[in-house]
Amino acid sequence: MTTTTLSKPGSRPSAPADAGGAAAPYAARIDHVSKSFGRPGAQQHVLDDISIDVAPGEFVCLLGASGCGKSTLLNLVAGLDGPSAGRIETPGGRPALMFQEHALFPWLTAGRNIELALRLRGVPRAERRGEAERLLELVRLKGAYGKRVHELSGGMRQRVAMARALAQDSQLLLMDEPFAALDAITRDVLHDELTRIWRDANGSASGSGGLSVLFVTHNVREAVRLAERVVLLSSRPGRIAREWTVDIPHPRRIEDAAVADLSVEITEQLRGEIRRHGQH
Amino acid sequence: MASTETGTGAEAAGTTDDPADGPAADAATGAPAAESALAGEAPAGKAPATTKPDGAQPDRSGGDLAGLEAGLDALDTKVSDRQPWLRALTAKAVPPLVAVALVLGLWQLAYHFELKDHYLLPSPVDVARSLQDKWLEGTLLDYVWTSVSRGALGFLASVAIGTPLGLLVARVKPVRAAIGPILSGLQSLPSVAWVPAAIIWFGLSDATIYAVVLLGAVPSIANGLVAGVDQISPLYLRAGRTIGARGLTGVRHILLPAALPGYLAGLKQGWAFSWRSLMAAELIVNAADLGTGLGQLLEQGRELQDMSWVLSAILLILIVGIGIELLIFAPLERRVLRSRGLLVKS
Ligand SMILES: Nc1ncnc2c1ncn2[C@@H]1O[C@H](COP(=O)(O)OP(=O)(O)O)[C@@H](O)[C@H]1O
Ligand SMILES: [Mg+2]
Repeated sequence: MTTTTLSKPGSRPSAPADAGGAAAPYAARIDHVSKSFGRPGAQQHVLDDISIDVAPGEFVCLLGASGCGKSTLLNLVAGLDGPSAGRIETPGGRPALMFQEHALFPWLTAGRNIELALRLRGVPRAERRGEAERLLELVRLKGAYGKRVHELSGGMRQRVAMARALAQDSQLLLMDEPFAALDAITRDVLHDELTRIWRDANGSASGSGGLSVLFVTHNVREAVRLAERVVLLSSRPGRIAREWTVDIPHPRRIEDAAVADLSVEITEQLRGEIRRHGQH
Repeated sequence: MASTETGTGAEAAGTTDDPADGPAADAATGAPAAESALAGEAPAGKAPATTKPDGAQPDRSGGDLAGLEAGLDALDTKVSDRQPWLRALTAKAVPPLVAVALVLGLWQLAYHFELKDHYLLPSPVDVARSLQDKWLEGTLLDYVWTSVSRGALGFLASVAIGTPLGLLVARVKPVRAAIGPILSGLQSLPSVAWVPAAIIWFGLSDATIYAVVLLGAVPSIANGLVAGVDQISPLYLRAGRTIGARGLTGVRHILLPAALPGYLAGLKQGWAFSWRSLMAAELIVNAADLGTGLGQLLEQGRELQDMSWVLSAILLILIVGIGIELLIFAPLERRVLRSRGLLVKS
């Protein structure tokens, strides 16, 4: 079991001790987590007592205004930073993380970016090339293996980044506003792609252990379009304001009436949260 | 009260594009029209617009989505066009050649009108003849080789020392605080200043020459690497850590390649400093058993008061310096920058 606690911030064993044992009831457990920045005395409380369980195979969207601490929380789950209080468990090992910026390495080709992730995961050299090609095919970028990052469009870069994240073969995929910088058409297409990949990974046909997604966004419709569960964070400090279960059947479209209706409801709540900050 | 509320309202609109703008549209790109156009197209996925109509499903899975994606990719991919290399070469080579011809012309004129006595200011032809004599004696290439091999060896040693030193300074805070300033200070110290000290330590020997070269080149190489590491986007380091590149693995797979542009600039400067320091050392460290490099050749010309000899030695030093820069460092740098899309065509 992989845990990050106050005593051991940032460091975590990469191989779970009980891998293959009884499946944990969650892919990630965020357990009464708080986070502050700054020196004692002049502290900024960014996250306050957050508890979220992400079930295996679940797709959860974290929704909140900019600056409410979404990225901070995701960094904690990714193990890039340690919580000030509480604990985070990711039984499946180190989660994969995707950023708003593609964060692909410009000194490598698209294929080599993926191969680096494979290599660091311990995939033998002989298998890397084929696996990278397979992952590129998964995001429908078959011909992009030898392409340099700067030769790809924004949407293609994010798909390569997705392939690189999937190359980690983690059971938990963390996504920090990965599509926020894309134009609406491309973003819509990538929503379809992500949904397809997530559903395929959890389908009965796949032999893998499933894929849970913790997806951060400030876009209400995006959250409703993608998630099974939407968690709304308030700002300053970030607390869980409310949760919605989204049981709109897939395939969903961003312009579906059901998506729109729930988005209106969530937006109202979000506006209320934001408005509270202007009243004192 | 009212004013505070409008204030925060505006702020919310600025920071949280969608929620503040309501569910009406995707505010970030202002592309509701485009999106609804897409919507109009999507249910018609049964249309034979795509190669494999997977029309049974109402969503755009399968061939339809693939086709849409392929279209987006094709529309948004940059086409990189390269100039034919011959034309690029002539465009690059002609201006400096013209400049050289101009200098030679002015020189010839000055000689012609005898601005100085001929023994003080020989003509370009005299210098060329002096070079030719040494070529015919068969010694010219030996001189060049002696210096170039010393320079290359000194440079490689500087790389071997400067690289770990630069990494330490860049990544270890106390080391940086302790020797960072000294290292950048050393860069502005002309390495000739080390020659007397080196002679006292090592006498008139190769060791003196290499010591001076190292003291000249190591700081630039280390500083270049430090600058290269400092310029790395933190994003790459974070991305590297999430895929498991930590510690030495991180240095090898993320830090060093990410710092390569700055490191290369440092190497280039390091070579220039090596070459300069070497010439300074060779000018002063002159002993029969040391072998004659270009600096020693220059010094011999001065002793003989042979201006053609002196000028031809200067010319050789210049040509070697420029040649190595042009043949090795410039293409290397261009290649690295181009592969990362950092080279904008002028
Ligand atoms: N390393 C840090 N040091 C100090 N403050 C930070 C740091 N990281 C984030 N913050 C603060 O935490 C708050 C939340 O940031 P962030 O998690 O990036 O928000 P979001 O991703 O929701 O937009 C911001 O006010 C930001 O200034
Ligand atoms: Mg953020």
